[in-house]
Amino acid sequence: MINAGDTAFVLLSAGLVMLMTPGLAFFYGGMVRRKNILGVLMQCFTALCVITLQWVFFGYSLSFAPGTGFWGGLQWLGLNGVGLEPNADYAGTIPHQAFMIYQAMFAIITPALIIGAFAERMKFSAFLVFSILWATLVYNPVCHWVWGVGGWLRNLGVLDFAGGIVVHINAGIAALVTALVIGKRKNFGHHPIPPHNLPFTALGTGLLWFGWFGFNAGSALAANGLAVNAFVVTQIAAAAGGLSWAFIEWYLNGKPTIFGTVSGAVAGLATITPAAGFVGPIPAVVIGLFASVFCYIAVAYIKPKLGYDDSLDAFGVHCIGGIFGSLAVGFFASKAINPAGADGLFFGNAHQLKIQAIGVLATAAYSFIATFIIYKVIDAVIGVRVSEKEESLGLDLAQHREGAYTVLE
Amino acid sequence: MKLIIAMIQPHKLPDVKKALFEADVHKMTVTNALGCGQQRGFSETYRGVITEVNLLKKVRLEIAVNEEFVEPTIKAIIRGAKTGNIGDGKIFVTTLDECIRIRTGEKGSAAIG
Amino acid sequence: MKLIIAIIQPDKLEDVKDELYHADVNLITVSEVMGHGRQKGVTEVYRGAKEMGNLLRKIRLEIAVNEEFVESTIKAIVKGAKTGETGDGKIFILDLAECVRIRTEERGTIAIG
Repeated sequence: MINAGDTAFVLLSAGLVMLMTPGLAFFYGGMVRRKNILGVLMQCFTALCVITLQWVFFGYSLSFAPGTGFWGGLQWLGLNGVGLEPNADYAGTIPHQAFMIYQAMFAIITPALIIGAFAERMKFSAFLVFSILWATLVYNPVCHWVWGVGGWLRNLGVLDFAGGIVVHINAGIAALVTALVIGKRKNFGHHPIPPHNLPFTALGTGLLWFGWFGFNAGSALAANGLAVNAFVVTQIAAAAGGLSWAFIEWYLNGKPTIFGTVSGAVAGLATITPAAGFVGPIPAVVIGLFASVFCYIAVAYIKPKLGYDDSLDAFGVHCIGGIFGSLAVGFFASKAINPAGADGLFFGNAHQLKIQAIGVLATAAYSFIATFIIYKVIDAVIGVRVSEKEESLGLDLAQHREGAYTVLE
Repeated sequence: MKLIIAMIQPHKLPDVKKALFEADVHKMTVTNALGCGQQRGFSETYRGVITEVNLLKKVRLEIAVNEEFVEPTIKAIIRGAKTGNIGDGKIFVTTLDECIRIRTGEKGSAAIG
Repeated sequence: MKLIIAIIQPDKLEDVKDELYHADVNLITVSEVMGHGRQKGVTEVYRGAKEMGNLLRKIRLEIAVNEEFVESTIKAIVKGAKTGETGDGKIFILDLAECVRIRTEERGTIAIG
């Protein structure tokens, strides 16, 4: 039975999640030097275009059609059989296509998140091939494992409400791998590379935060109490994360910064994502507070120490947040919030924490290896990194022949 | 003819402009610049990573004048820009070999005024 | 006293700054300019309309020095900015007739340091 309220809510949520990719474009775009902002915007908007078509042609089928434990089947290629009748396996009260297009937005933003790791130095052609291959060989299987009918992590009982494992850990690990293999930006570590437009980063955070309500609350797939819970804890975790990061900086560096505050808000949002449908408001405060603590340690201490150039901290913020959030489900989950879920350690079920850890490790390991292979293949065939000269000139002019800002006039 | 180049604190620009107008100096070019002198820079922190910034925002004035205006111009800039603190800026005076007004093709000190 | 004006590649600014500090030249002014010499610009395309973008973003440095610092300043700039490619930039040296420190109103060579 199609429910009008649920359908309206999921469609609106799909629109909100779509807005997150342009939001991410500005979040990242403000952090790069101004000769590279168009390169970042172009990669985000290209992901929006390319992954939509990939999803329609075969991505959706590989992710959600009934199949093996590893991959979905091929029966929904080209959306064949994905019509306006509900599919009871996923959402019984909305048209199947509403579920499909909602999930498409998740498939788009996940490869877009990785852009932060290789910003300012990847060829556009290589990005195009990378995003298609990565969506097909990494996102689609992992999505099927956790959310698809018959997926092995789903059968194991792994809980991932809105994509902490599928989206944030998956993309975050891929970000770490690409940052390691593509190498540092020229002059990285030698000279400071400050963000060129922090107001854009703040604007992008606003769009991300807004879109995240669709991301988390929409994952209830119905306009019900669970969606309200997810909406409420999303707001709480973002607020706690932003404040927490600002206070950490205030204490350690003497001044709170806008860049830190928005980074903390995004860390809180990424962290609450897997837990949004399983935890209550007070655990959400704890999750948000600690999200910033862990992400701050990753970004301010571990990254400089290890010396890898995860340029915009895709790993440091999204993956660390996703891992902490996914494990937090194992601690804080409660059947009182979501009867379809499970109890966590604090509600007497230590087993769930173990299951969550298996989900995190399996996804991280698979994403690490598969991303590495995809990268190496593309590098061997067409080359991934721009020349040193093009890097100096900036991706805007070198890869797209347009400039974001005029100096004169 | 002299070309006077002055580096001043950005927030003193309105005062300097006012002082120059009072000294009958109405022609100038103003640009944003970064600079450092005895005034030390400061550090900025990005996501917890501390970055030394040693170039500070300054405003750069260029004023071409005939000899008799050199001293009044220097005095006016000092009057507008001086606070007594480090970072007030500096005035450079260079000789100007030629000056041409594009519109009329006039040259020399007639072209300056 | 000389005024040294150098036009360099934007991504060489940090290297040139480092070299200048090593050479004990601490007083510089930096501004962003557009320019081109032998290096060809990049043709930009906006919605199909081509635009000969033959002006490239450059950095302009101004450094006022006493005579004994002229050579070491030039050497430092060359060391920091040289890659051997076209577009490395150029250095101009002008006579400086006067220099005034705004804060103290000192003049001449002591005002420069």
